Amino acid sequence: MVKSKWKKFLPSGRTTVIGIPFIWLLLFLVFPFAIVFKISFAEMAIARPPFTELFAYAEEKLSVMLNVGNYLFLFKDKLYLSAYLSSLKTAAGATFLALLVGYPIAYGIARAHPGIRNLLLLGIVLPSWTSFLLRIYAWIGILKTNGLLNNLLLKLGLIDTPLHMLHTNFAVYVGIVYAYLPFMVLPLYTNLVKLDESYLEAAADLGAKPWKTFIFVTLPLSKGGIIAGSMLVFIPAVGEFVIPALLGGPDTLMIGKVLWDEFFSNRDWPVASAVAIVMLLLLIIPMMWFHKHQTQEMETI
Amino acid sequence: MSTTRRSPLLSVWLLLGYTFLYAPIVILIVFSFNESKLVTVWAGFSTKWYGELLQDRQMLMAAWLSLRLALMSATAAAALGVLAGLVMARFGRFRGHNLFAAMITAPLVMPEVITGLSMLLLFVSMEKVIGWPAGRGMLTLWIAHVTFCAAFVAVVITSRLREMDESIEEAAMDLGAPPFKVFTAITLPIIMPAVAAGWLLAFTLSLDDLVISSFVAGPGATTLPMKVFSSVRLGVSPKINALATIVVLFVSMCAAGAGILMFRAEKRRKMEIQAAMRDTS
Repeated sequence: MVKSKWKKFLPSGRTTVIGIPFIWLLLFLVFPFAIVFKISFAEMAIARPPFTELFAYAEEKLSVMLNVGNYLFLFKDKLYLSAYLSSLKTAAGATFLALLVGYPIAYGIARAHPGIRNLLLLGIVLPSWTSFLLRIYAWIGILKTNGLLNNLLLKLGLIDTPLHMLHTNFAVYVGIVYAYLPFMVLPLYTNLVKLDESYLEAAADLGAKPWKTFIFVTLPLSKGGIIAGSMLVFIPAVGEFVIPALLGGPDTLMIGKVLWDEFFSNRDWPVASAVAIVMLLLLIIPMMWFHKHQTQEMETI
Repeated sequence: MSTTRRSPLLSVWLLLGYTFLYAPIVILIVFSFNESKLVTVWAGFSTKWYGELLQDRQMLMAAWLSLRLALMSATAAAALGVLAGLVMARFGRFRGHNLFAAMITAPLVMPEVITGLSMLLLFVSMEKVIGWPAGRGMLTLWIAHVTFCAAFVAVVITSRLREMDESIEEAAMDLGAPPFKVFTAITLPIIMPAVAAGWLLAFTLSLDDLVISSFVAGPGATTLPMKVFSSVRLGVSPKINALATIVVLFVSMCAAGAGILMFRAEKRRKMEIQAAMRDTS
């Protein structure tokens, strides 16, 4: 009898199944952002942890010290503003390049014989299962001034003097396109493979040229895949750290690297937090856009 | 689909695409057997860099730590991801449904520097307020890895559950099986290949992570990517090429193994369906 009395206080099976992942994600994913937000209003201090407390209670008075200096600093110092802008620019450019490279690949796989489609797709995904870091490292050897690409171009007689490619923005673009290409191809493929062939046939029957069919039928129908793929590349690329750190040069300004240096070199946690909050605000609209399309795509399966 | 004319240009583009994806990896492997320390000039075949790699105690310790971490993170992330996928695909709408869905998709695109910083600040603040987790190390690494890996597993499981035929589950429920029994006897065996794929994905993600780990690992814990990153920053070394070759070999073996297992499961399922059809007709 005692057992049944207690039972109504215990959560039901349904609540437990929802509750476990919900609480985990709430505690370790959402709650940390609140803390970042809080610490972005603190001041750097020589202490452990290296920042001041926001709330102080003394003599029956609760005082709250909100330091907006970190944010003012971000807007006063040209470095941060230009880092944000150049990150957005680099990410957008690289996303567009990845789309140009990835769309024909996804289209080609969707058009391939059904028996080999999965194999071709596996071929796209497999490289991303090996270390991201090591694949970026590989490009150092390729792009170096005395590296493989320069040696090849010299041998072919296409250039007379080695090109300076490593530690430039060009190398960063190559790195992002290379590393994120599978994330562009996958959603595009899932979308294109569902494309109803009869639309294309109808367009052809009505006398449309193949390129016209592509622009007015295929492209608009694959809008969902284009958005999902582009956001999967663009959003992480804005905050990318490894690629600018290994392939970028002194004039490469990426906000992910700025945040990293602020945290690890300057040990200024409050400014690093403010950098993160502003980055999050910039990315919140693309993220919501991605989320909307992601849920739509998943519900139409 | 195969009936439409396909431009040969498309095939050429595909070939170029695969070359672009695989050439750097092939080059990494080739130059791991290079005699010279220069990773760009071929000076003869040698396996000495593998020997040097195996003598690098710090590197080996980091690899061992990363391997243990990835095993533990992938297992917990798979369990959490299956629960989350189940909630997404089978539980309909509930209070907080939108927030839950957003929490699943956010880690897929969230820049790692933001996730890393926020997790670290959480751990530091928690330690200050409740004294747990004491310091940073394996535990904080594990929590961080489970959190971001679980989201990826959840996406894999959700899409598998959505394409699965729900009528089998409904039939079991109509016959009086309680929900937990339906899950263990019907749903789980059917989605098992997806669970395995999700586990493998979580394993590779955890093994690979540099940025989040760098934030949440204390001075005592160095993962393999952290060690590799610090040595790559000092310069290119064939030792890293040797390590890359081993990683590629390991991943290909895992992928091949998983592929064979799934192929066999698929074949067995088809045979069982055929047998069942024969019995009923």
